This record gives sequence, structure tokens and C-alpha cells, in this order.
Amino acid sequence: MSSLARNSMSEVQQNDPTVTPLQPKKRPLLTRPRKAALLSLLFMGLGQFYNRQFLKGSIFIALEAYLLIFWTVPFQWAMWGLTTLGETPQRREGFEIIPGDHSIFLLIEGLLFFISFLLFLWFYYLNIRDAYKVAVKSEQGIKPNNAKEMLKNIWENGFPYLLLTPSVFFTAFLTMLPLLFGILIAFTNYSAPNHIPPKNLVDWVGFDTFVKLFQMKTWSATFYGVFSWTVIWAILATATTFFLGLIFAVLLNQKEIRFKKFWRSIFILPWAIPQFVSILIMRNIFNGQFGPLNRYLMELGITDSIIPWLSDPLWAKVTLVIVNMWFGFPFWMVLMSGVMTNIDKEMYEAAEVDGASSWQKFWKITLPLVMFSTAPLAIMSFATNFNNFNIIYLMTEGGPVNTNYAYAGSTDILISWIYKLTLDNSQFNIASAVSILIFIVIAIFSIWNFRRTRAFKEEDMMS
Amino acid sequence: MMSMKLQKRILQMIIYTILVITTIAVLYPVIWIITGSMNPGDSLFSTRIIPESLTFDHYIYLFKETDYLLWYKNTLKIAFWNMVLSTILVVTAAYAFSRFRFPGRRQGLMAMLVLQMFPGFMGMIAIYILLLQLNLLDNHWGLILVYAGGSIPFGAWLVKGYFDGLPRSLEEAAKIDGASHVKIFYKIMMPLSKPVLVFIAITNFIGPWMDFIFARLVLRSSENKTLAVGLFEMVTGRGNTEFTTFAAGAVLVAVPITILFFIFQDHLVEGLKAGANKG
Repeated sequence: MSSLARNSMSEVQQNDPTVTPLQPKKRPLLTRPRKAALLSLLFMGLGQFYNRQFLKGSIFIALEAYLLIFWTVPFQWAMWGLTTLGETPQRREGFEIIPGDHSIFLLIEGLLFFISFLLFLWFYYLNIRDAYKVAVKSEQGIKPNNAKEMLKNIWENGFPYLLLTPSVFFTAFLTMLPLLFGILIAFTNYSAPNHIPPKNLVDWVGFDTFVKLFQMKTWSATFYGVFSWTVIWAILATATTFFLGLIFAVLLNQKEIRFKKFWRSIFILPWAIPQFVSILIMRNIFNGQFGPLNRYLMELGITDSIIPWLSDPLWAKVTLVIVNMWFGFPFWMVLMSGVMTNIDKEMYEAAEVDGASSWQKFWKITLPLVMFSTAPLAIMSFATNFNNFNIIYLMTEGGPVNTNYAYAGSTDILISWIYKLTLDNSQFNIASAVSILIFIVIAIFSIWNFRRTRAFKEEDMMS
Repeated sequence: MMSMKLQKRILQMIIYTILVITTIAVLYPVIWIITGSMNPGDSLFSTRIIPESLTFDHYIYLFKETDYLLWYKNTLKIAFWNMVLSTILVVTAAYAFSRFRFPGRRQGLMAMLVLQMFPGFMGMIAIYILLLQLNLLDNHWGLILVYAGGSIPFGAWLVKGYFDGLPRSLEEAAKIDGASHVKIFYKIMMPLSKPVLVFIAITNFIGPWMDFIFARLVLRSSENKTLAVGLFEMVTGRGNTEFTTFAAGAVLVAVPITILFFIFQDHLVEGLKAGANKG
């Protein structure tokens, strides 16, 4: 439907770039276009009728009538739900439970209605604009589209909308709506033990959740602790894999090394094996009591007692970084080898003529070029590691236990903390507040990264 | 002169030593899990990298006594349909964004860019409630829909970037010859963009094999589980007494995926590079 109005509009724009010529001075206030616009404002489709576009007009009228008749009451009810989140709690009379309002369902329902309402408003605006523009056009002597032309127009200019409809539908309901809901939850008190529907109601509380997160001691201690480890983890995880990858790319790029393909195929294995499988394997290898690693170390006499790879907070963090190196370096190695083989050989030859040593060639030519072309990926990799749920959760489940933290273990990063808050402890409001903060961090990195890349500039020029 | 040669020799020795040590570090877990799956006995402690005898008991146990085959079938089904659905959604959206100029285009692109910055988790509760309402909880299609919806923002940006790089002259020529939008899309765009299509298809096929979070959220009953969830519970559930069974299960997942990876290696590297450059 929306494409319908817009297409005829866009055609007007295309056909006539100078839509608003200087108006003659003594014209009545109510010009034809204004009349059409006013009529459309009064009721959708009236302006179209006035412009003698009967099919379009009747479709619009029918649409608004349908919405008014069938959806006014549900809409009012949904808005009541969205603003109050329900008023009657669940009651118990004798052995019977009388259901009250379910705040969370009310919230989602209200959100759905609200989004649909915004879409409708936007469409209403397009309808007014369409009436105005068509009237302007007909004043200039261009006949408005008749029904047949309109349909043809829809097929031709509406094709992108046709293509986009399924994606928009999916994104709206499975990504946007859940995200909006997630954001809104941060401003409610939806949490265990006192505000879990259907037993209790949930209320809007404004920024209280954020205040709690930063000022209540148990929450703020956990937040700052987990947050700082998340940052350290993201930096270490990215830097170690990046430089290890660089080292191996350089080694395999040496002329003297033989069987390059053989080494490369072996080193690529950690990347190729499904990650969750290898994390679970690693979890067993590093198992403190029964794992083979400790057994070898003790048999070789390197340590007398077992090393608490996963059960000591510091060791657990070290183990995570080591294991992550195993996973992460092949990607960088492959990427950087690719960059190195693409470097123009003439540059090296020119450097040799000038008497550069191979060390100088590496520092002055290879390294800068490799760094330059992999930097955006390194930044994105930082963002990925910031939210690397799988390795943390599958390896340690956030453990070992940290008694100073609320619902988090020593190796928990923000994202795994959120997971625990939501699924195991029903602290939905705190979880949602933390994910908003994660979003801010990731957004800063992504936008900064994105602005540097060519894609953005091109995009600017194109539209 | 002699010392130069010697120096080179030593350097080479060092490099080879590093390579060999790394090879051991890389291969050890792989070999360990393969021999582990053929070790007699069940527990992690008794597992040896060079077992006294080899046995296929654990594989037989896996097929006969656990839901493993069912999990495998579930994962394959989810992976396949997610691949089909996501690829269609991503490619159609990318084509529209790349080749047409229409009101709302810029806003749409910006919206997708912002959307992919949110942690997927944030929508978890809402997705749970939505699926509950639609009766799609503990249902594979519910999970497929969630995956497909989530793959659009990133994938569409990536493919759009690729489409932008393709020359328009062919399409314009076809348009003059009177070819329709649909025909141009199938006859010209599809063949030209094979590499990126393969990348999108493969990543969406592999995705469900790896995902743990949403699978655990949506799928509740044992017969509906995917491999990631099933195997995780095998290692954590009963205190490592089922280690060898897990090993057998892990081998059977890792082998096909690894082979798939090696076949499409070049596509994956190219795709990731493109993804980085296009935001």
C-alpha cells in the first residue's frame, strides 16, 4: 500500500523538478492543491477523489474506514496497556487464581500497536502529500494517472519495495521489535523476586535501573569488575591473535621455508574446526583434576601440584587468552599472507637497489602495508571479542565463583553476565540496562570504523 | 661469508622449530579427541592419547543409546532451511538497496547498520515471548525464523557492497532489450555474484551448528535439541563420565564442517575481507 502512494509521488518529482514555481501574487488562500491536501487531511482519499483519481481514493477511504471501525477500541486498549502496564494484579480467592493483567504481554502488544500506528501516520502524511502534488500537477495541465497507469507504475517503481517486503517484515518483527522491547525493559522494574508476571505487575521506573546499576554497591561492584575484565579481555584477545597471526604470516612468507602449503593447511585447522567443538575439547584438556595437560606436566616433573587452569580466577583468565590464541591466529595469518603476496614486488626491488636490509624492508614496507589493510578488521575483531559469549561460557561458564559479584563469576564478560541475569536469575531490567551500555561501546567503535572506510563516502556521494 | 651462511642456517633452524612446535600445539587437541573417541573406558581421566586398544563402542553407543542422530538431523534441517531462507532474504534486500534509488533507502541502510550493533541477546526475552505467543517455542521453525531474521542486517550490507562493485552496463543493456527486473536479477546478477552468494549460504549453513544461545532458548525438549546444546550438556551434565561419548560426537560434527570449510576456504576469506571493508 505504501508503495502505491509513494510511487506516484516520486513520478511527479521525476517528471517535474520545479514543482514549486513562484506563485502569482493575488491568489485565493485556498488553491486547488491546498484544497486537495486539506480534504485528504480530513479523511484519507478525499483529496484523491477531488483530483479525480477514483480508484486510489476509494482504496484510501476504505482503508481508513476499516481501521477506524475495527481498530479504534483495540488501539485505545493497547495504549492504556503500554502506559500503565496493567492495573489489576493476580488475585487468589480461596483455591481459585483470578488472573490479573500481564504487564509484559501488555508491553509487547502496546509496542506492536504503537509501531503500526506510526506506520499508519506516515502513510497518512504520504496520502496528503500525494493529493497536494497531484493537484499541483493537474493545475499545470498534466493529467493525473488513471487506474491503469497507476498499476503499471506500481509494478515498475515498486519493484524494490516488493524485494524488500520480506526482509522488512522479518527485521521488524524479529530484530527491531525485540530490540525496542529490550530497551524499554531497562526503564521498568521487571525483575525477580517481586516483579515477575503473571504473579505481579511491572511498572515504569524511569532511570532507576541505571541509578541502581551505578550506585547500589553490589551492582556497581559487579558492573565495574566485569566491565574492566571485558575491556582487558577484548584487548588481549585481539592483540595476541593479531600479532601471532602476523608472526606466522611473516614466517611462512620467507623464501627459504619449504612445504609452505603443508604448514599453512595445518595452521588453518583451528579456524576450520567448528568453534564450539574445539572449545569443549579445550575445556577437557585444561580440566584441572582429570585433564591430560596437568597429567603431562606432572609426569614430566614441571609441576608438583596441579595447576588450577580453570578454577583459579587469574589462571582461568590466562587460560582463556591462551585458548583464544589457538582459535584466533589462523584467521589473521591467512589474511595477512594474502596481503603480503599482493604487495608489489617492485617496491622491494627498489628498496634493494637502495641497499635496504631485509629487516628494513619488513619494517618500512611489509608491516605498514599489512597494518593499514587489516586495521579495520582488527577494530571489528575487538568488537566481536567484546561480545565473545561462546568462548567464555563454553569454557568456564563464567566461573570460578566470585562472591563479590552479583550473579557473575570471575571470568564473566558483560555479555555472559547478561545471559546469566536473564536466563538463570530473571533480572531482566539490569540485563537490559547493561546491554544498552554494550550497544553504546560497540556503536562508537563501529561508527568510527565505518566512517573511515570508503563505503561510507561512496554512499554519501551516491544518494 | 661463512658466518653469513651460518647465521642463515641458524635462523632457518629457529623458524622450523617454531613451526614444528606450533604444529604440535595445533594438532594435539585434534588427535587427542580422535583417539579419545576410540579409547576404551568412559572417563576423561583414563583417556590416553595413545590408547592401549582401539574401540568403536562409543560411536555405537552414541547411535543406539543417545539422541545424537536426532540432534544431527535437527541441526541439518535447521541449517539447511536457514541457509535457503537467509540467502533469499539477504540477496533480495541487497539487490534492492544496491540497484534502486527509492524514498526510504538511506534510512533503511542506516537502520540496518545500527541494528547489527546491538547484541543479539537484547531481544532474547521479547523473542521468547513472541515465539510463545505464536506457538513456535520448542519448534525448529521458530529457531529458523530467528536465525534468518538476525542474518539480514549484516548479510545485506555485505552483499550490497559486492553488488555495488559490479558494473551496471550489462543490466542497462538488458533493460534496453526489454528484459524484466526478475529476468535481469536471475540471468545477470546471480551468475556474476556467485562468490558472495556462496559465502552467505555457507556462513548461514554453518551458523546453526555453532549457535548455542538461541538454540538453548528456543528448543526445550531433548528430541528437538541441536548438536551444540546436546554436546554441551554431555560434557557438563554428568561430571565428565561421558567424555569418550562426547569425543565421538565431537568428531562426527567436526569432520564434515571442517571439510566444508576447506572446500570453500577462499570464499570465506574473501567474504570476511569484503565484510570488513564495507562495514
